[in-house]
Amino acid sequence: MSGQRMIDSIAVMRERSNGLGGGFAGYGIYPDYKEFYAFHLFFDSKEARKETESFILRHFEIAYSSEIQTRKIPQVTDEPIIWRYFLAPLSRKLADSHLDEREYVARCVNRINVCIDGAYVFSSGKNMGIFKGVGYPEDIGAFYRLDEYFGYCWTCHGRYPTNTPGWWGGAHPFGLLDYSIVHNGEISSYDANRRYIEMFGYKCTLKTDTEVITYIIDYLVRKRGLTMQEAAKVIAPSFWATISSKSEEAQREETFLRRAFPSLLVTGPFSIIVGYTGGIMALNDRLKLRSAVCATKGDLAYVASEESAIRKVEPDLDKVWSPAGGEAAVFELYDKEGV
Amino acid sequence: MQTYIYPEYEVVRDRAKCVNCRICERECANGVHRFDEKLKVMVEDSAKCVNCHRCVCMCPVHALKIVKSDDTYKLNANWDNRTINEIFKQADSGGVLLSSMGNPNTYPIFWDNLLINASQVTNPPIDPLREPMETQMWLGSRVVSIRRDAEGKLVDTLKPQLKLSVPIMFSAMSYGSISYNAHESLARAASELGIYYNTGEGGLHKDFYKYGANTIVQVASGRFGVFREYLDTAAAIEIKMGQGAKPGIGGHLPGAKITADVAETRMIPEGADAISPAPHHDIYSIEDLRQLVMSLKEATDYKKPVFVKIAAVHNIAAIASGIARSGADVIAIDGFRGGTGAAPTRIRDNVGIPVEVALAQVDQRLREEGIRDNVSIVAGGSIRSSGDLLKAIALGADACYIGTAALLAMGCHLCRSCHSGKCNWGIATQRPDLVKRLDPDEGARRLVNLVTAWKHELEEMMGGMGINSVEALRGNRLMLRGIGLTDRELNILGVKSAGESM
Ligand code: SF4
Ligand code: SF4
Repeated sequence: MSGQRMIDSIAVMRERSNGLGGGFAGYGIYPDYKEFYAFHLFFDSKEARKETESFILRHFEIAYSSEIQTRKIPQVTDEPIIWRYFLAPLSRKLADSHLDEREYVARCVNRINVCIDGAYVFSSGKNMGIFKGVGYPEDIGAFYRLDEYFGYCWTCHGRYPTNTPGWWGGAHPFGLLDYSIVHNGEISSYDANRRYIEMFGYKCTLKTDTEVITYIIDYLVRKRGLTMQEAAKVIAPSFWATISSKSEEAQREETFLRRAFPSLLVTGPFSIIVGYTGGIMALNDRLKLRSAVCATKGDLAYVASEESAIRKVEPDLDKVWSPAGGEAAVFELYDKEGV
Repeated sequence: MQTYIYPEYEVVRDRAKCVNCRICERECANGVHRFDEKLKVMVEDSAKCVNCHRCVCMCPVHALKIVKSDDTYKLNANWDNRTINEIFKQADSGGVLLSSMGNPNTYPIFWDNLLINASQVTNPPIDPLREPMETQMWLGSRVVSIRRDAEGKLVDTLKPQLKLSVPIMFSAMSYGSISYNAHESLARAASELGIYYNTGEGGLHKDFYKYGANTIVQVASGRFGVFREYLDTAAAIEIKMGQGAKPGIGGHLPGAKITADVAETRMIPEGADAISPAPHHDIYSIEDLRQLVMSLKEATDYKKPVFVKIAAVHNIAAIASGIARSGADVIAIDGFRGGTGAAPTRIRDNVGIPVEVALAQVDQRLREEGIRDNVSIVAGGSIRSSGDLLKAIALGADACYIGTAALLAMGCHLCRSCHSGKCNWGIATQRPDLVKRLDPDEGARRLVNLVTAWKHELEEMMGGMGINSVEALRGNRLMLRGIGLTDRELNILGVKSAGESM
């Protein structure tokens, strides 16, 4: 599936964004470099790039690097310098760090983002890439020439920022390793979540909901070993009253998760789509204060804020439904490795 | 030398209204009111009045009021009336001044400098009458390892926790310092509400073992009433290291209050003073505390959470960090405005720090050290309303202890003379005639009402912020803003100033 379909789809929902942020994540788009971490970076200056590259060279082997090819269009202006690197951790450095490979990469990303002025890693997964910027999403898609990329899964987002100014790094999706998150809404639990997750080495520098939700998912799934479904029960759990009417086994599981991770419960309106290698998960807040529609056609699955965005690219659907608040909709490839 | 201290409050009777029914005379254990046979009118001795308002409430024709006396020494901003009077009293007696209830002085109350947020436009408020609103939570350690059984199902690896329907508990008040009926009211209300009351350091009366599932038993430095069954009956055990009203000192319950029943419950001789030492004599350092925590767990099969209660003192964050690593499940912080049945006045009025700052610092410190999950934090020491409760939770408390507010619900009028043992409201007394004035049915009902009302208010305010579960409020300091505070104070509380956005 090419990025063009996503561009066509999201263009329908132009109303929902205000031109201050748009972006895409494509999975399976780098089959030739699928063993390498694909870093996408914004630089404010050549100096920032130099400093970053010297950091990268000290920690990674660079398989390939180049500026990301873009198309100049009048709707997208003031773009930073945008580069892509395919990287493998230096094996000695990795061994010395006593970290597992993904943690090592995540920490390097964090180091660049926190310590190097004017450099920002906005995509860092294997065989996936995030493309985002300030503008309407369909324009951002054209700018990045996404019609030329092909993947098995795409997510995208148009932003109407309220709390933080529109800047290139602040657009969605927000990525960490192969996780990418798009989010619609404004969560009321933000500071409870942030202050908790920061105990585990995360630093919420962007102060956005998306950032904190990404870290929550990374913590629960990658670091603690929960499944996406279990993580969804932490983030948007059933109400206690609902839990008590479930089967004994479900009660045991959900009570345990709520009691163990109460500070990761997210309240306030949100609908998120989490992309990861081999799948996506769509999740709404427990009151379903934001919309999300799922649909299938053959073995393709669609999720969007509005059904119209799905109908635009696939008018003839097999099944259309709205998942209930707090009910995770997970779609995965038959072969989870994403090849 | 002749010293006469003019009463601080005067009893004023409207003789036009008074019908000489002599109810006030019977109701006053302090002997303020008397019928003058010659003059055929009621007379009063204001010098004996403690201003407990019992007579004011009981007078059928509302003929009584108590007013602040306008008698004064020559005004002096440095030597105020109270200070001068205390000097006179001490010059007379040579003794330590005693006081009851919490610090009444004009120190800053940070709760009153904190404002709560609400949603507008970008995030909808939630209506608690139409949508579910959760105040239920669990207290205890949340450290878990993720393990799965053979089928891949998650295994419950949590240590024991306490389930609370509302994040409120009744704080420690011992049988002895308060009456049997007061204890029964607290126990029954806690059971009905799905929360907990705390025995304090005076043991647990055998009649109340049936409320064990809602009882936290205390182990204090005097170890009064501590034995196997006491620990087994309880839902949780609290080691009392200190109390906000009197940090650094123990307790003293005068022999007069040690009636046969109190003596049996405390396991001490009748009429003997019950003195709990300042330190636990088996705890001179943090590792000793750890041993006590672990011995209590060992004694109860690791089935009950162990609380450690400490007074809010200057170095509280470091102390709490030590406790969080001691194996304890809950840290209870008692602020310097917390109540007491009796404390030396100078200590009550000068020692310790407000719970607001202590709580903020402890929560922050435990997070910085990555050990916030080791323990839950309970804040007490003057939580006066659901507003204070909400602010405490947003600062980082898991739940709050209420003591004075609970006493007020049972009829206490904050006369601050509990140490006299003649509480006209049947609370801080062991005199049977006074105790029976507090009907446990009514006491329990009023406590249930109070907590229920606070629960509704908490829900209302949470809904306003767009939060529908108390878990998402805990530590959510962006929901607070400080007003009228210095930068340093804002910093210590970890909140932004009113007017500052995200
Ligand atoms: S209770 Fe009231 S009416 Fe009765 S004697 Fe006292 S002041 Fe008079
Ligand atoms: S408990 Fe009784 S004695 Fe103590 S302050 Fe309240 S009313 Fe006064």
